Amino acid sequence: MKSQPVDIRQLACERDQRELFEDLSLHLEPGDVLQVAGPNGSGKTSLLRILAGLLPAAAGDVRYGEDSIFVGAGRDLWRQNRLYIGHAPAVKGALSAEENLSWLCALSKPVSRELIWQALQRVGLHGFEDVPCDHLSAGQQRRVALARLYLEVHPVWILDEPFTAIDRGGVSTLEAHVMAHAASGGIVVLTTHHSLDHLSGLRCLDLGQVT
Amino acid sequence: MLQIIWLLFCREWRLAWRRPGQLLNPLVFFAIVISLFPLAVGPEPSMLRTMAPGVIWVAALLATLLSLDGLFRSDYEDGSLEQWVLSPHPLSLMVLVKVLHHWMVCGLALVVLSPLFGLMLSLPVKVLPALVLSLLLGTPVLSLLGAVGAALTVGLKSGGVLLALLILPLYIPVLILGTGAVEAALQGLPVAGYALWLGCLAVLALSLSPVAIAAGLRIGVSE
Amino acid sequence: MNWTFFHKLGSPKSFYDISGRWLPWIAVASFILLTVGTVWGLVFAPQDYQQGNSFRIIYIHVPAAFVAQSCYMMLAVAGIVTLVWRMKLADVALRCAAPIGAWMTFIALVTGAIWGKPTWGTYWVWDARLTSMLILLFLYFGIIALSQAISNRDTSAKATAVLAIVGLVNIPIIKYSVDWWNTLHQPATFKLTEKPAMPVEMWFPLLLMVLGFYALFTVSLLMRMRLEVLRREHKTRWVRDALEKVR
Repeated sequence: MKSQPVDIRQLACERDQRELFEDLSLHLEPGDVLQVAGPNGSGKTSLLRILAGLLPAAAGDVRYGEDSIFVGAGRDLWRQNRLYIGHAPAVKGALSAEENLSWLCALSKPVSRELIWQALQRVGLHGFEDVPCDHLSAGQQRRVALARLYLEVHPVWILDEPFTAIDRGGVSTLEAHVMAHAASGGIVVLTTHHSLDHLSGLRCLDLGQVT
Repeated sequence: MLQIIWLLFCREWRLAWRRPGQLLNPLVFFAIVISLFPLAVGPEPSMLRTMAPGVIWVAALLATLLSLDGLFRSDYEDGSLEQWVLSPHPLSLMVLVKVLHHWMVCGLALVVLSPLFGLMLSLPVKVLPALVLSLLLGTPVLSLLGAVGAALTVGLKSGGVLLALLILPLYIPVLILGTGAVEAALQGLPVAGYALWLGCLAVLALSLSPVAIAAGLRIGVSE
Repeated sequence: MNWTFFHKLGSPKSFYDISGRWLPWIAVASFILLTVGTVWGLVFAPQDYQQGNSFRIIYIHVPAAFVAQSCYMMLAVAGIVTLVWRMKLADVALRCAAPIGAWMTFIALVTGAIWGKPTWGTYWVWDARLTSMLILLFLYFGIIALSQAISNRDTSAKATAVLAIVGLVNIPIIKYSVDWWNTLHQPATFKLTEKPAMPVEMWFPLLLMVLGFYALFTVSLLMRMRLEVLRREHKTRWVRDALEKVR
């Protein structure tokens, strides 16, 4: 699904009285995959959370298409078009993988059971659909969270350390899926400690150099 | 929009009944607190009758408050709360459904149990409908106000004591009206006025508190 | 309204400078008002017809009660400013004013109890006014406890702001329900703040004391805010320059 361009203008972030970065400007076109890099504490997660809309920016603006993502109609449009998957997998232990996924998708648009089973199969959880998630390992719970990437039709993905606890096979599948999404007109912003040098066409933002 | 309300309600219901033991805790707490009073002040029926409206109401207040403490915490810790805040659906509506579900499994259960304890504290049978009505109208207010406190303290592990400190002063009007209704019934006076005032508070809480709860959750998530 | 003045006031540095200039004047005014009011009220004002000399405690009780209530309103307004305009100084004001308000409430409660002793025979009675004051004290404690419990300063500022606003909305409801509760349980109509036609010699010193207490509150608040501003901005140049000047 084709995304609109994302324009970051003079964005500044302040956490707990400390300025993490300021005057950050960047333009993302559909098809871009942006890797945000930098040392610990440089504001990678904070930048992603500001983009997602969880954290207010200290200064500056971000535009999706024409409108600002922080106010009014632009904010509503952004909420419908972006998918954020953070550190915590948002998976409830008492519910099964299928129930968790069904609820997470329903937060934007409900999805049928068949599609959920297909998505779980694609992340390698075939046979675990009705297992309560507290019986799954950390890596498996993360796969349940990432199964949303195979289900929902958001053009913009914001992923914070998506490869954590995923094994090598899973990592390459996910990398391929991310590149395919970008190729079809989406935008992906992610942070990771994994090396992504082998992927072509990746843009990189190093927050260690911005400040 | 109705679909998300229904799905949310089902989710909460499923989560609650997968851990059924936890549903009993507030009710047992309610029973224990009420039982402390005859032990503390003596079993003389006329004294218990005078104290009964206050004791039952205070016990209901404390039981509701303590059960609300963790209302949002597990969602906050596993990241589900973030996804609620990020969703295009209105957050105030979603929290309202969540709090009402909590009221159904906690407050409503207290309402159903209250006649039993009323009798145990020597309340005459004719007073019990007033007791039930006052709790029926008052416990939603308790749940809604308590949820405001739960939202503001969602990132803290400190637990019930801070929540009690924040919210108990706000419970005082409901307490006064609720016990007033039962005492009026004890004296044979009409209860309708109290019920209407309690209803007013309930409507006020229903309309205003979801906004405060949503604000508190957004603040908690933005840490 | 001159918005530039408002915005300038929002910057910590200009707040520090402006408050530094006004502080001595307000301090002097508060000293004069309080001294004159206290001496006049406690020594020179005529005895009350019913209560004799014990009523003189109102010269402390009433101003403290006024300040305690206005301070809470100020907290809620500061809360709104924090949430809507995200002015950091409003959060500083909220955090510094809360303990002062709590102390004022405490003084009002203690003086109310002292007033009660010769009149009712006991130090504490659950009448509408004292009970409302006690609840106000609990509300203050709630705000102080919440602001200290959350370690992240931005989150703490916003959460405390929401709590202050929620408290303010509830205060009229609490006040009316406590008044009603009082009439239900105590048919006696004696009120602590009965102010029938008071002669000028009685209410004028009261007015002076009220103004003096407000001035005292302002002085304490500004001093605490200045200290907090210095603490928060300790890394900036202007703070280092200011501290250099003091040394």
